[in-house]
Amino acid sequence: MSNVPANLKYAASHEWVLLNADGTVTVGITDHAQEALGDLVFVELPEAGAHYAAEKEIAVVESVKAAADVYAPLAGTVTEVNQAAADAPESVNQDAYAAWLFKMTPDNVADLDKLLDAAAYQAVADAA
Amino acid sequence: MLKKTVLNSAHRALGARMVDFGGWDMPVNYGSQIEEHHAVRKDCGMFDVSHMCPVDLTGAECRPFLSRLVANDVAKLTVPGKALYSAMLNEAGGVIDDLIIYFLSDTRFRIVVNAGTADKDLAWMRARAAEWQLDVTITPRRDGANALAIIAVQGPNARARVWQVLPQLKAASEGLKPFFAAEVDRYFIASTGYTGEDGFEIMLPATEAEAIWQQLKDAGVAPCGLGARDTLRLEAGMNLYGQDMDESVSPLDAGLAWTVAMKDARDFVGKSALTAAGQQKAFLGLVLLDKGVLRGHQQVITKQGNGEITSGSFSPTLQQSIALARLPLGVAIGDEVEVDIRGKLLKAKVTKPVFARNGKAVI
Repeated sequence: MSNVPANLKYAASHEWVLLNADGTVTVGITDHAQEALGDLVFVELPEAGAHYAAEKEIAVVESVKAAADVYAPLAGTVTEVNQAAADAPESVNQDAYAAWLFKMTPDNVADLDKLLDAAAYQAVADAA
Repeated sequence: MLKKTVLNSAHRALGARMVDFGGWDMPVNYGSQIEEHHAVRKDCGMFDVSHMCPVDLTGAECRPFLSRLVANDVAKLTVPGKALYSAMLNEAGGVIDDLIIYFLSDTRFRIVVNAGTADKDLAWMRARAAEWQLDVTITPRRDGANALAIIAVQGPNARARVWQVLPQLKAASEGLKPFFAAEVDRYFIASTGYTGEDGFEIMLPATEAEAIWQQLKDAGVAPCGLGARDTLRLEAGMNLYGQDMDESVSPLDAGLAWTVAMKDARDFVGKSALTAAGQQKAFLGLVLLDKGVLRGHQQVITKQGNGEITSGSFSPTLQQSIALARLPLGVAIGDEVEVDIRGKLLKAKVTKPVFARNGKAVI
């Protein structure tokens, strides 16, 4: 059973989203996603300043086994990336909610309401 | 409906992550694929490979049959117990499968073929035996009352752990050189493997597999999934059927020229096609110099033209990405090439197609 914190929002494509006090959102991949991928060995992050539409490929995580795209959970501009996650991909396996990948300023913060809550994401993860 | 080996419930009880592997419900890892990989390089790990199919050949004309059936020459098998790796080709010289042939006596050989190709292999073998009118009986041993399970125990401490659990196999297997097998009552123990480490592949009655698996685990042998098996074989530079070669690929273009006995007068299926076509590609290794992971089907850009990666992954031993690749002739070891990874051109170095064996990097 994977860990799905109740305070986060989720995309069905297995990203978690945390709304910060400054209006930015922090994004990572879920515990379910890291477990399904297995040992991560490479993380490719977006460039700060780049704008992405919702559901566009924004980052890549690769395990020994496979490469997986990470999708922008909502439309916005990247403000910061977590170089520590790229330098130590295994940190995402160790704690997927601590090892965030990037932060972005949403075009429209109301887009968060379109994302899944923990219960709805748990159902997605269980069905996968 | 996925097929299951006799160890399926043992894998699930260990919390394995199960995947559909060519129609078989198999463990990809039991936690960390990288830890399982290191267990085999540094200590001892075991794999359930009971999805692979042992095929017994019996009859007076096994040798003439195998002599025509496969590209390597069974005349090399002079000492009982000796094993031979070979490709089985179609008339066009493409690889139907790669397999190991164990010579037991002049009227008895055992072949082990890949899981996903077993049905077509058996159909092909039976059709050739009928066409050539040879006295050979072909008996698969994966299912039914006489089914065999296969457990591969691999790593520097594999021998000691196997003898601890199966002491009755020690006398027969102690002196086994690499690529030999011995039979001890209902057990078949072979010094073969797919990891580049010392160890044994053990065939045993399927009914005993779960008990032996548990005893090996209790003796400290790490259960390892097919994920680690893939990175281990890739580091060891061993081909995987369906990725590095298939029915459209000549063994000469898949790094398997050393297994094709072309020079003497012996004829075998596919020989005339290989003679006519010759070698058209170089099969070499790549080490990625930039950050990223090499994967099958990525394009390789060289001065001599484009090639393609056939197998790629991250090497836990080298701590960088490695690959096997089919490249234009003329590309040489030491050349720097580029690999197209999602539209970015990353630098890689051409190496011989073997990266790590016996616990150490070899490049």
